[in-house]
Amino acid sequence: MKRRDFLKKSILVIAGASVPLSALQMVDPKKVLAENLDIHWAFLIDTFKCVGCGFCVKACKTENNIPFEANVTRTWVERYVYTKDDRRYIDSPKGALYGYTDPRIDMGMGEYKEIDPDNVGKAFFVPKLCNHCITPPCTQVCPVGATYKADNGVVLVDRSWCIGCGYCIMACPYGARFFHPTLHVADKCTFCYHRITKGMDTACVNACPFGARKMCNIRDIDDPITKIIMNQRVGVLKDEFGTKPQAFYIGLAQEVR
Amino acid sequence: MIEQVAQHAMQVHGEAWTVKELFVLPNEYIYWSIQIVMYPFMTGLVAGAFVLSSLYHVFGVKKLKEIARFSLVFSFALLPVAMMPLLLHLQQPLRGINVLMTPHFTSAISAFGIVFLTYSFIVASELWFEYRKHFVLTYSRLEVRLDLGFFDNLRRLFFKTLTLGAFDISEEAQEKDHKAVKVLASIGIPIACFLHGYAGFIFGSVKANALWMTPLMPVIFICSAVVSGIALCILTYVLTQEIRKFMARRRIARWAKDTGAPSFEELRGAEEQEVRTVSNYLLYFMIAAITLEILDLIFRGYTQVKSWDILREVIMERDFFKIFILQYTIGNALPFLMMIWPNRSVRRVTAASVLILFGVFMMRWNVVIGGQAFSLSFAGFMHYHMPIIPHNWETFKEGFFGALTVMITPFVIFYFLNKIFPAFLKDDESVEEFEGVNGKSAPEFSATRPY
Amino acid sequence: MVIGIVLAILVFRLFYVPNDFESGERGFMYSYYRQSNELEWENQPIKYLDTGKQHMHEFCIECHSHEVEIRTEDLHGVIACENCHGPALDHPIHPEKLEIDRSREVCLRCHTLLTYTTSERKRIPGIDPKEHMTEYECVECHNPHNPRLEDM
Repeated sequence: MKRRDFLKKSILVIAGASVPLSALQMVDPKKVLAENLDIHWAFLIDTFKCVGCGFCVKACKTENNIPFEANVTRTWVERYVYTKDDRRYIDSPKGALYGYTDPRIDMGMGEYKEIDPDNVGKAFFVPKLCNHCITPPCTQVCPVGATYKADNGVVLVDRSWCIGCGYCIMACPYGARFFHPTLHVADKCTFCYHRITKGMDTACVNACPFGARKMCNIRDIDDPITKIIMNQRVGVLKDEFGTKPQAFYIGLAQEVR
Repeated sequence: MIEQVAQHAMQVHGEAWTVKELFVLPNEYIYWSIQIVMYPFMTGLVAGAFVLSSLYHVFGVKKLKEIARFSLVFSFALLPVAMMPLLLHLQQPLRGINVLMTPHFTSAISAFGIVFLTYSFIVASELWFEYRKHFVLTYSRLEVRLDLGFFDNLRRLFFKTLTLGAFDISEEAQEKDHKAVKVLASIGIPIACFLHGYAGFIFGSVKANALWMTPLMPVIFICSAVVSGIALCILTYVLTQEIRKFMARRRIARWAKDTGAPSFEELRGAEEQEVRTVSNYLLYFMIAAITLEILDLIFRGYTQVKSWDILREVIMERDFFKIFILQYTIGNALPFLMMIWPNRSVRRVTAASVLILFGVFMMRWNVVIGGQAFSLSFAGFMHYHMPIIPHNWETFKEGFFGALTVMITPFVIFYFLNKIFPAFLKDDESVEEFEGVNGKSAPEFSATRPY
Repeated sequence: MVIGIVLAILVFRLFYVPNDFESGERGFMYSYYRQSNELEWENQPIKYLDTGKQHMHEFCIECHSHEVEIRTEDLHGVIACENCHGPALDHPIHPEKLEIDRSREVCLRCHTLLTYTTSERKRIPGIDPKEHMTEYECVECHNPHNPRLEDM
């Protein structure tokens, strides 16, 4: 209901401010939301809730026309398995497009590591996506101004202006960018820009059955998700780069980078 | 339904040559491959060749007179080639012009368009001032003749255009030319350094990459650029001289039959002197380059920040052979010894130059590919397998043959440029003397035309 | 001549670069771009139309209110309809009928047995896909909407 609250307020303010006008024009709540500049999108990921089903990856690829089988993805889920003798294994086969259907760890180069179930210490899943940083290094290094941070905080790529130099891909500390396999331009998570601007959730948030992914307008302090970010102990990835990520995590482990 | 359309497996850029080991993020590939190794290597050669020619023009190192002119022409030949690997690497090469149209100056690459253009203008105008007299002479020589064929007419027009209407070759005018060359060369040096320094900046400023991010990177790049540029000039110079000597001995080339042509002994004498002087400069810059590189390495090992664990594994174990054997030993230490060994001969310096070129290339390789040999997660590695036999356009341009094309192009361009700007143009007399003998063309000293 | 070339480039730029290419609210470093591109992203087609359980299935409930009401009470009610039934797109016009994914793979995303006691995964019953009824699709025995074993 977070958006509803927000909408109601916006409508109230606008309606109140322009009573004579509102008598003539219909106020479209979605439009109000889209035009309200005081929006800054943020993401909240609860790693405790993630089970690694990969529905988010599937939904993202379908929604955003990323070739399904291609080995790049705008969002992915990583698996962290620690054994009781303190060995750490991480994998993300195909970005968890099909979820985790194999207890073995994908070690790359066609090798898989069998782990004794009794030896598993802690294990968890971490969904990842573009952090839509406040100071995105990818945007800073684009030589032609093809990638930018929109006023509502979303980092986007201009597909008709990108020259495909790959500098942004190199500059992103999170590996969130890649070359689109068919369009041959840099591509990345857009927070489902076409959805959030119309008052919907992103495809991944929508697809997550467990509520591990949430979105909010971090400027709206009444938004329940914003409240969580403000009031609970959340972390971000690789803060040492000074990128000020806007994807917040609950339950980050030190090894998650 | 949508899924079905996209169902066929699609190869992602970089997938063809990247092998992932342990945990590598799904979107990580070796995106910057061989062409980006070529790019700093080639710009390095441009900058280095130009700096070498400036040594004569600005600092008046008289001994370098001949090689200065040669390296100026050669750096002009290398210019378009510095751009080539970038264009070949771009996923949208046709949009390359955007870099000039909407330069985003917070990006190191955006400087490329502007610095590169400025630099081209400087080299071109310097070249023009240097060769203006030659143009005028060639033109006037063709002008007085009546039995001009179609091609000669074309040549006449061409050289007329090249003079840009400045036909004055009096002493004062020439004096002005020399001054202009000197001024341009002095502006050119910082620009050349900037051209290459920013190539280093491109890498050094990527904070996401633990191996690249160091403020020393631009300086290291400039030093190794000068090293490689000089080495290439020595190599090409000696090679062309060898061919000229060969022709002088056999008297096979047209110019060699002329009375005023330099004799075998003259050529050899000049060559030895030039090469010896140049190789001294090579040594200075090499010491600077190696010192900085080692400093960087020691500093990383000493400070041991978070990334050191994975960097150590890459530098000390996985890439040990490439870094310490190929780059430092064969590419640096060995040629260094060869150069400081007493009684250095032209042949040994040439051999050392080849090794140095290889060493600088390996340095670029170890920086560019080495920087992508480990994952951003610090928990996995990527291996680069350069595509040799191309099976599509992408594996051609970002593979062995693409690199080879970039490698060969400057020599092809040099061959053609040499016809307009004869790199081995002796002073005034030679032109006039040749004019008298065969009267047909400018002295085609081109060593690459052995007939 | 040099000035001429620079001028020529600038004139060419006038025609080549879209008019709305300028710095945005976040300054030159982070938002120097073609402003109309934002709109292009906004106008991408939406494929997944349902809003999920959190928003009472706003899209599906319009026609399938009965099914939605029953099924959101079930254990699998948390799963968005379109995860298995496929993206709605312009349904019911195009496609007229959604293509439902009934494969084992869909179920295995959550129900592969992974013995991770510290993860939410432990609460989901799991099987070893290589041993459990390999010949059959899951939906041949289990009701995908109401998977309770006692109701089988």
